[in-house]
Amino acid sequence: MKRAAILLGVLALAACGPDEPGPRADVSGTVVVLAAASLTESFTELGAIFEAAHPGSTVSFSFAASSELATQVEQGAPADVFASASPATMGLVVDNGDAAAAPVTFARNTLEIVVPAGNPAQVKGLEDFARKSLTIALCAPEVPCGAAADKAFGAAGVTPAPDTLEADVKATLGKVTLGEVDAALVYRTDVLAAGDEVEGIEFPEAAAAVNDYPIAVLRNARNAAAAEAFVELVLSPEGSGILMDAGFDVP
Amino acid sequence: MADIGQMTGAAPIPTRDSGLEAELRVRRGGFALDVILTVAPGEVVALLGPNGAGKSTALRLLAGLLPLDDGRVRLGDVVLEDTAARVRLAPERRRVGVVFQDYLLFPHLSARENVAFGLRARGSDRAEARRCADSWLERVGLAEYAGERPRQLSGGQAQRVALARALASEPRLLLMDEPLGALDAGTRLSVRADLRRHLADFDGATVVVTHDALDAFVLADRLVVLENGCVVQEGTPTDVARHPRTDYVAQLVGLNLYRGLAAGGTVTLDTGATLSTAHPTSGPVLVAFPPTAVVLHRHRPDSSARNSWPARVTALEQHGDVVRVRLTGEIDAAADVTALSVAELGLEQGASVWAAVKATETSVYPA
Amino acid sequence: MNATSRSASDARRTTGLPAPLVPLAGIALLFLGLPVLGLVVRTPWTTLAEVLTRRESLDALRLSLVCASLATVLCLVLGVPLAVVLARGHFPGRGLLRAVVTVPLVLPPVVGGVALFTAFGRRGIVGRPLDEVFGVTLPFTTAAVVVAEAFVAMPFLVIAVEGALRGSDRRYDEAAATLGASRWYTFRRVTLPLVAPGVAAGAVLCWARALGEFGATITFAGNFPGTTRTMPVEVYLTLQQDPPAAVALSLLLLVVSVAVLAGLRDRWLTSAR
Repeated sequence: MKRAAILLGVLALAACGPDEPGPRADVSGTVVVLAAASLTESFTELGAIFEAAHPGSTVSFSFAASSELATQVEQGAPADVFASASPATMGLVVDNGDAAAAPVTFARNTLEIVVPAGNPAQVKGLEDFARKSLTIALCAPEVPCGAAADKAFGAAGVTPAPDTLEADVKATLGKVTLGEVDAALVYRTDVLAAGDEVEGIEFPEAAAAVNDYPIAVLRNARNAAAAEAFVELVLSPEGSGILMDAGFDVP
Repeated sequence: MADIGQMTGAAPIPTRDSGLEAELRVRRGGFALDVILTVAPGEVVALLGPNGAGKSTALRLLAGLLPLDDGRVRLGDVVLEDTAARVRLAPERRRVGVVFQDYLLFPHLSARENVAFGLRARGSDRAEARRCADSWLERVGLAEYAGERPRQLSGGQAQRVALARALASEPRLLLMDEPLGALDAGTRLSVRADLRRHLADFDGATVVVTHDALDAFVLADRLVVLENGCVVQEGTPTDVARHPRTDYVAQLVGLNLYRGLAAGGTVTLDTGATLSTAHPTSGPVLVAFPPTAVVLHRHRPDSSARNSWPARVTALEQHGDVVRVRLTGEIDAAADVTALSVAELGLEQGASVWAAVKATETSVYPA
Repeated sequence: MNATSRSASDARRTTGLPAPLVPLAGIALLFLGLPVLGLVVRTPWTTLAEVLTRRESLDALRLSLVCASLATVLCLVLGVPLAVVLARGHFPGRGLLRAVVTVPLVLPPVVGGVALFTAFGRRGIVGRPLDEVFGVTLPFTTAAVVVAEAFVAMPFLVIAVEGALRGSDRRYDEAAATLGASRWYTFRRVTLPLVAPGVAAGAVLCWARALGEFGATITFAGNFPGTTRTMPVEVYLTLQQDPPAAVALSLLLLVVSVAVLAGLRDRWLTSAR
């Protein structure tokens, strides 16, 4: 319902706005987009807009951990676009020669403390993560949100005492949503997406751990025209608007 | 149900008799069993009957493996089951030993462990149970097989282990289901003799279920013949062998048997034919005579045999050194003749002969 | 001539395989074996020793073996009685109960992990009173790993044991009863030994499933080195950064589990007869 309303609004805007991408005759068919899990909500919206703007086209998403998606690209998964939550992961794809052109940073994500609704453990800042009595979830250092968390703790001079190191950011958030942990560090986009079940707490050291999201058309894209059109949409003002609504910063 | 048994088992109802007294009644679909059975201590009763007569069902009822629909079972002064009083002892609380048809020796236990099982289950310590098991194996002549698993024993040995296992826990009632049924003819003979000896030593009541007449006659003090869930005849082996009351029993003991109405020295059979007998009686009677008493002639015999009738040969069967001739006619009968007679009389299927039986060879008794 | 033809037919009888099965069995073997072979081929032999002797690797391996074994014990203690009830009990709703038992088989393991939270988590049906009264919480502990693995693996044990019980001859139980054995004594000394092969097979399946368990474990128990990071979790995380090392770790898990199973099998076979 909400999505439909936004969709209508955007369509109206697109119809009269000066920067509308406009239907292109050569854009049709299916475009396969591999995107970081944190992009699930915003990209799903963008996909709907894209399909509306290009009748006869379909956007097919695969949302997962960036590193997992990079492995899929390396293994030759049939995909047209890769949107990563970390420049390092995108770097792997570029190094393998799988990107058609240089990646472009389209969004930035900032870490936030997330606690269950009502903040039962009275968490105020990063220093609470050192409290052994709390149950804390962090992303594993092997995944981007974990690397970012390490940077933030480094900047704050706090040694956290986590109880679990989750394999991806959604799993980390899930532990908070279920109320099984007292606090976690996730992206602001995740906090927004989780709705009322959780509360986000901003903290100053987050600035030290801003995460860039690069996007690139893949070299083996089967539908290069549609892939480029989709990337264009992501980089357009509409795309930026939706990403900002989801909690991203846009360069 | 076990709970009910537990309650009443603590307060046994005393009786004078110390053997088995049972009234067994169950109904399973179209089949109904209704048997009254008494066995004195030390007595061996054979439940004899064709397949499906209800012998094994009766045995399972006595062991408590099946519940009675109606009736009661009393062993000595203990009521094992009484439907009217809502008493029912679980099998493990009855002092009843069972030797199953295929023995059901526990395959994962040695012969000794099998025999010791009941003692251990009832709480004897290991050494005592072992000592007792070894002495039982000794008694059945299997001391050197104590450590063997059942699969390494022959059929006869397994049967003896099963008997030792059933007797080791000193039951007051021993039940045996076709104890020789799983054995080949050769072993059967010696095992049967052994079994008879062991049963003679046992002072409790014994019920042996069998469909083999010879087993029943050798092992039992008394026969109870079961057909279609009912007792059709009861008596000592001699009595039953001499005076069969049903075609099934007559066939088992190898007699020709007829039902009829006696008037003086003549019996009018149900078929209308008449037979002269040596002892005059009256009323409904059974007449029996052995196949060896039937003499065959090519032509009508002149005199001495008072009973003679024309008949046709329907089958010839070799039985050892005699040939059993099946006859149909006014009176259907079996006749045993020598091979020489077969040749002389030119007997073959369909041949016409005259059959004759002396009145003195017949046995007449009230139906 | 006569002799040779007879021996040939004897040989055919002793092998006794219907012809169409052989190629299909071969394909099945390749299907199962090739991915394993692929792992072996891709293993970075030069760095293997270094990867396998890392403290984290050995910690994860030890934790995996301990937890899978404890989960198997838990499954035996609870699963065998459940199998007996399913196989021997007579009560309405038995079919439904059997369906419930197989739920963990069809449930995606991650969903299984979430389901475990709803029961044993801090806000779970049992977990909340446990936390409020005793201050005990299960998630993110080694015990949670055991619980998650047992949850996913128990159906394998229950189904194997139930099948064995259904196939076993109940008359042995009757024989034991006539010898004066109580139902409990009969169960211990007769019923259970007779289905021992089924229980052993179920336990092996159960252990293997528990050892490889990932989804429910990482969801319910989380991931922390030394307490909850089992080998599959370690492999998964290593895969994010260093795929060759992940392959090496997988191979280690494979070799150890095959060695344990082969060892058990030999021991079991020799002790059985």
